[in-house]
Amino acid sequence: MSTVERSPTPAAATALGAAAAADPLTIAGRTFGSRLLLGTGGFQSLEAMAEAIRVSGSELVTVALRRVDPAARGSIMDVIAEAGVELLPNTAGCYTARDAVTTAQLAREAFETNWVKLEVIGDDRTLLPDAIELVEAAEILVDDGFVVLPYTTDDPILARRLEDVGCAAIMPLGSPIGSGMGINNPYNVAIIRERTQLPVVLDAGVGTASDAALAMELGCDAVLCASAISRAHDPRAMSLAIRAAVEAGRLARSAGRIPRRLHAEASTPDAGIPHFGGGDG
Amino acid sequence: MTIRLNGEERHLDAAATVQTALDLLDVTPDSRGVAVAVDREVVPRARWHETPLHDGAQVEVVMAIQGG
Repeated sequence: MSTVERSPTPAAATALGAAAAADPLTIAGRTFGSRLLLGTGGFQSLEAMAEAIRVSGSELVTVALRRVDPAARGSIMDVIAEAGVELLPNTAGCYTARDAVTTAQLAREAFETNWVKLEVIGDDRTLLPDAIELVEAAEILVDDGFVVLPYTTDDPILARRLEDVGCAAIMPLGSPIGSGMGINNPYNVAIIRERTQLPVVLDAGVGTASDAALAMELGCDAVLCASAISRAHDPRAMSLAIRAAVEAGRLARSAGRIPRRLHAEASTPDAGIPHFGGGDG
Repeated sequence: MTIRLNGEERHLDAAATVQTALDLLDVTPDSRGVAVAVDREVVPRARWHETPLHDGAQVEVVMAIQGG
């Protein structure tokens, strides 16, 4: 099969895009036209990453910090500057509040932004957040003037703690980072959305477009995606698919879905059914 | 003096500054997306030239990479 070059039908794409444009995302007073945040990890090349950024429509993309490699060729900074998008540095790889705080401070210096995607993980097998270290780091960073977007579990009480210490958004996982398992506990994500005043960004676990649509239908304000796009067979096509899914899910949420019922409910009225008579009936 | 630069032991003159260490990594004040911490304290790039190092300093120099 050839890789996908098609957009959704032009009329549908235009209508979705118009609906999305009229409904921007606001985090910490900053407004974004796109509700898809793109993680830049996992792309085979900077060119593939640049193309995915462009196609995704994302205006906020994550970057990480690692020790300088003098042999590194080509800079992600150039690609992101070229794309005209905002940077969201992360603290990936930090296991303690102390390391996460230092990493965030380095990111602020390196990128001249006080925004940080705060990750403090508990172990390298699950990459699940360490709740205790996470809240501690969040509190220190908020006090230090950071706009903190914490990667957290799908625990509504932990979300409340993060809101209490002054975070700017809640970013619950759907399932473990890079697992592609989708949203394991949609009920918790819905409860987090119901209980917090902050924007909720579904972060981690998205495997394909329908997962992103579900996140938005559950009421999330945005979706952050990395591996689902960067490790797809065709990152460009998946970028487009997830973009459309985020827009469709958002629209579906605001449209108001019908309730689930155990039994059928006919959409065609019973009144006026003809009775034909005759024969054996 | 002896410092650790991104985990590797390096020997520098007694008068070495942060920039002296950065020269070993081809990092200049014009390098974008780079930051430095000495003993966990971030050193702003405007002060790389004037900030002295001390024996045993732990210098971490980081740059932007792809990451989710």
